[in-house]
Amino acid sequence: MQRIVIIGTGQGGQQMAASLRQEGFSGEILMIGDEPGLPYQRPPLSKAYMANGDAAALTLKPSSFYERSGIALHDATRVVRIDRPARQVVTQGGTRHSYDHLVLATGARNFRPPVPGIDAPGTAELRTLADAEAIRQRLATTRHAVVVGGGFIGLEFAAMARAADVEVTVVEAAPRLMARALSPQMSGHFLDLHHQMGTHVLLDAMAAGVLADAQGRAAGVALADGRQIAGDLVLIATGVRPNVELAAEAGLTCDNGIVVDGGLATSDPAISALGDVAVFPGPLGAPVRLESVQAAVDHARHIARRLVGGDSTPYAAVPWFWSDQGKFKLQIAGLGHGADHAITRAEPGGPAVLLFGRGRLQAVETVNAPGVHMAARKLIGMPLADLQAHDFDLRAATKACVAA
Amino acid sequence: MNITFIAADGTETRVEVAAGESIMRAAVQNDVDGIIGECGGSMMCATCHCYVDDAWADAVGPQEDGESDLLDCAASEVRLTSRLSCQIKMRPELDGLTIHLPEAQL
Repeated sequence: MQRIVIIGTGQGGQQMAASLRQEGFSGEILMIGDEPGLPYQRPPLSKAYMANGDAAALTLKPSSFYERSGIALHDATRVVRIDRPARQVVTQGGTRHSYDHLVLATGARNFRPPVPGIDAPGTAELRTLADAEAIRQRLATTRHAVVVGGGFIGLEFAAMARAADVEVTVVEAAPRLMARALSPQMSGHFLDLHHQMGTHVLLDAMAAGVLADAQGRAAGVALADGRQIAGDLVLIATGVRPNVELAAEAGLTCDNGIVVDGGLATSDPAISALGDVAVFPGPLGAPVRLESVQAAVDHARHIARRLVGGDSTPYAAVPWFWSDQGKFKLQIAGLGHGADHAITRAEPGGPAVLLFGRGRLQAVETVNAPGVHMAARKLIGMPLADLQAHDFDLRAATKACVAA
Repeated sequence: MNITFIAADGTETRVEVAAGESIMRAAVQNDVDGIIGECGGSMMCATCHCYVDDAWADAVGPQEDGESDLLDCAASEVRLTSRLSCQIKMRPELDGLTIHLPEAQL
């Protein structure tokens, strides 16, 4: 294998290039992505960056890393087509780059609900550094922010805005916060925390349109039940959609993402996919697509071990997630979907929710309890009875495992 | 202010650091091998594990809350001088600090 091309310059694409070198790949590596500049970390955009505005601190590696590692980085360059028969990718400018192996790390883009007024100037979204810079500039003069979507990004932003003394209303269509990712118990706990921060939270509230002022700028949100929430900043934080177009047009199997096998190869063995865009065989048996740093970097390492070292072990990393909302660090180990039993334990930082499925530990949600979270990552899959023997104290259970 | 990183193979790298910057960021921004910082300093991983030089251990101070829990998951041996470098912020009394890097972070 002479030449590996990576489409996407997010954290997954960057990790892919770095891991190929760590595994000893000595051929050419070319990264192509449509964002300008060096690859950077996205998670702090809605957290630390919103508070300190330090863009330089987000850069994953300095330019010297790419030079000394022999990694060519073509930023601000969009790939428009994959020519599979020729094993080439084609950029918007018409340049063709040959590959022996191609890695799709195209990530996801924000979903914009198709409601009237959504394109009004003044509606904001948050995914890129440019988005975050724009919001940060406006926050100083914002009096009332209306956030459409009570997920991680919307709530992280809400907590930041409250800390900056901005009035905040969160509009969530589901009956609870972060419903896609969390147990009802933990959703309820975070609803209380956001109330304590002074955030207005409207649940079961479907946004039906973005209101505009006399100049046509966004001035609030209209709900399906007729209510109107006025605000001078409207943040659309209603989830993402995977960037599958290149893969789909090239005839690769896609279903809510680019479908890959346990080796993270697509339906074309010369092409792999990773991170937010990849649908892979999940820990619960069903295909899953995860939007997380953990999946992006663990996928990248797995692909590198397969391509360079010939490792055929199926991908099996335990998923983990975090969300900093004000002073509260929410951490999740495992995946809670379909759990049939929950046990809530009181920890000093807040509740720890242990989710079980078919008698085994499936996921653990904690607040400000990094020790419990780290223990949980090692215990996912453990039988309930074994944990019961430790009174569901995960740190004690981990220590017992190590001792045994 | 500056810090010297000494890798497991003895390679020394001296870097300039501004006050308030974390030791992890200083290593990453200066392309020092041996510190990963996968989670960006969010206390979600243990890939910025370092050993504070014995002569500097008192000045740097002990592990903060939660650090030992993460260090339990570190890839290399944890010692009394082990710290997560993301939790050490540069300050004038640490000028000239020496940090030793573990063999592996993963």
